[in-house]
Amino acid sequence: MSNRSDVLSPKLSRHLLTISDLSREGAIHILDTADELARVSDAPIKKLPTLRGRTVVNLFYEDSTRTRISFEAAAKRLSADVINFSAKGSSVSKGESLKDTALTLQSMGADAVILRHSASGAAHRLAQWTDGVVINAGDGTHEHPTQALLDAFTLRKHLKGARGEDLSGVRIAIVGDILHSRVARSNVLLLSLLGAHITLVAPPTLLPVGVHDWPVEISYDFDEAIGECDAVMMLRLQMERMKSAFFPSAREYSRLYGLDRERMKKSKKNPLILHPGPINRGLEISADCADDVDSVILEQVANGVSVRMAVLYLLLGGSHE
Amino acid sequence: MSNVEKIANKPIVIQSAYSLEGKKVDLRIESGVISDLSEAGSLKASDVDVINAEGLQLLPGLVDLHTHLREPGREDAETVRSGSAAAALGGFTAVHAMANTEPVADTAGVVEQVVRLGRKAGYCDVFAVGAVTQGLNGAQLAELGAMAHSMANVKVFSDDGKCVFDSLVMRRALEYVKQFDGVIAQHAQDPRLTENAQMNEGVVSARLGLAGWPAVAEEAIIARDVLLAEHVQARLHICHVSTAGSVEIIRWAKARGIKVTAEVTPHHLLLTDSAAESYNPVFKVNPPLRTERDVQALRTALVDGTIDIVATDHAPHPKESKECEWSEAACGMVGLETALSVVQESIIESGLSNWKTIAERMSTAPAKIGRLTHHGLGITKGAPANIVLYDTAARRTVSEIRSASKSMNNPYFDRTLPGQVMYTFLHGNLVVAKGDLVNPL
Ligand SMILES: [Zn+2]
Repeated sequence: MSNRSDVLSPKLSRHLLTISDLSREGAIHILDTADELARVSDAPIKKLPTLRGRTVVNLFYEDSTRTRISFEAAAKRLSADVINFSAKGSSVSKGESLKDTALTLQSMGADAVILRHSASGAAHRLAQWTDGVVINAGDGTHEHPTQALLDAFTLRKHLKGARGEDLSGVRIAIVGDILHSRVARSNVLLLSLLGAHITLVAPPTLLPVGVHDWPVEISYDFDEAIGECDAVMMLRLQMERMKSAFFPSAREYSRLYGLDRERMKKSKKNPLILHPGPINRGLEISADCADDVDSVILEQVANGVSVRMAVLYLLLGGSHE
Repeated sequence: MSNVEKIANKPIVIQSAYSLEGKKVDLRIESGVISDLSEAGSLKASDVDVINAEGLQLLPGLVDLHTHLREPGREDAETVRSGSAAAALGGFTAVHAMANTEPVADTAGVVEQVVRLGRKAGYCDVFAVGAVTQGLNGAQLAELGAMAHSMANVKVFSDDGKCVFDSLVMRRALEYVKQFDGVIAQHAQDPRLTENAQMNEGVVSARLGLAGWPAVAEEAIIARDVLLAEHVQARLHICHVSTAGSVEIIRWAKARGIKVTAEVTPHHLLLTDSAAESYNPVFKVNPPLRTERDVQALRTALVDGTIDIVATDHAPHPKESKECEWSEAACGMVGLETALSVVQESIIESGLSNWKTIAERMSTAPAKIGRLTHHGLGITKGAPANIVLYDTAARRTVSEIRSASKSMNNPYFDRTLPGQVMYTFLHGNLVVAKGDLVNPL
């Protein structure tokens, strides 16, 4: 481990609410730190003393065992005390406001709050009410910054390799329900910040009005878009979208925007396939393709812990000791 | 119609105020009317109270066609008393209380109650807007005739907060109120296109991941309604026009001779959807804040008369309705106390127009649309003494302390705005003096 002054970036803001909080150097710095911390996970003793005596709260208003466990493992490997505060069965479900909960957590001595919430901007609001560090673990249809960081980490590892590098020259297609995807928003910001070329592939109904302002190309033709890609990121599609007339049927969606072996054959580069999980087999990814994806997903899980360790380390590590 | 029972008798002389033409004038007020008006220095004041109005702008008492006073039902947010006091501080001598109270103002009983509460408070004339449909359900007409013929003498009908979406109901309402010279004030919002909508649909909503409220949801309803108004030869008023496209449709309709009038709120003249970047729901309002292009189009339309009036859409909400996540928060912002300042900033200071136009848009024209008989008659000898003295040179940071409204959902807090209402006369009675209520709440 290099010493603190190497690792702490002045470019990192106090919170991680959106990828916009990061500079290019700050983002690369997180990835490099994650890389370094990943070695801790491989060591026989998986703990670092860095956050001993610090309290990290997992405040989850939405079920996401995957993300919660990932943050919990990351915090524990840095020796932090972790409190899991699930909205279900707590005062939260009895109508306590987010603000009251924030103030309660603060009086309990929370140094950082990791928030998962169904409302876009919830993490921004929380940051307005608390002195502690706020980390956005997914807010509505807005952003999920640590997911994008772990995706970028995974992409860099496979397609670039070395520390200090960005993703320039890498071509990535993000496919599916862009409109409602916080994963897509964070990835568009981060991957473009790192120099990647992004193509969004989706039916026009699942792209936001205003997408023309994003640093991306748009395609309605997955067969064409997949041709030059180094990586394809498939987004989870929620079945209830069908009720609001976003597309005619699951079958038509799959045929036009799903990933299967046939479509993979149209690619020239045998792209890496990413998915934030959980997968709808047979909808956005065919069953035979999903098995290929599973392996990367498992790797994404491991990378998720490293990246979240890096974020906690950089946001909390410096100020206390 | 006047809602004031007691007419002032004590004469007052105002010296050296700027008239709308920019000349210095003296005024004498007695028995509730302007009894004399002449050039500065000509009115001597030996036996009467004198107000030195040196440097102050004389304006007719403002008329708000769109005010949410929340009483009955949500007295925690505002009462007729607190809201009309806020109105007086903002230079308004008449306000129209919107119908979306609890219970809804859809019967003669409720509209009369609102008007009575206004008289009792005595800060400004409170007129009631009647609901178009029962309980704002959009399906059955409310007791329009009973409200029109009640003591409240209702002329303006609106389901504001909700759109009269059913084309047939809208057609019938427009036709029906012709018999008592009423007008339907439409909150133009296609409900299907705006399900769960949180803010203007565009570049900012795309980035913030907030569900969009597209301009077309307003414009499509306005287009339909001007055609309905033309077909049945009825009067139509469009509430809170917020988009450049709406302006174009209204301009077209007016050129065709359709009897349509339109309002814009102060906040749509000044603020844009970029305010949502903070996720602070004090900026959440319906219709939502739009883009800079829309703001410019609305300003131009107000100046050229395509948009007839400024109306506040003063919408008080208790603290807990705004201290939450954006998507959970209530829509609306207070506006009575800052309206004139915001208009000064967006129309006068930007060099687009002058006080004479503002007086027309904020007093004469709204009074005409509401068919008021004692307001909007200008500053002339013999007119009711509903007047305001306004310090255009003042600069104030809007703070919670100075507000008379019970609610604090004010998007201008901590912002410096130009101008300050110094005196408000209601039928010759001084209700605001030196910037404060004469009878504090
Ligand atoms: Zn409205």
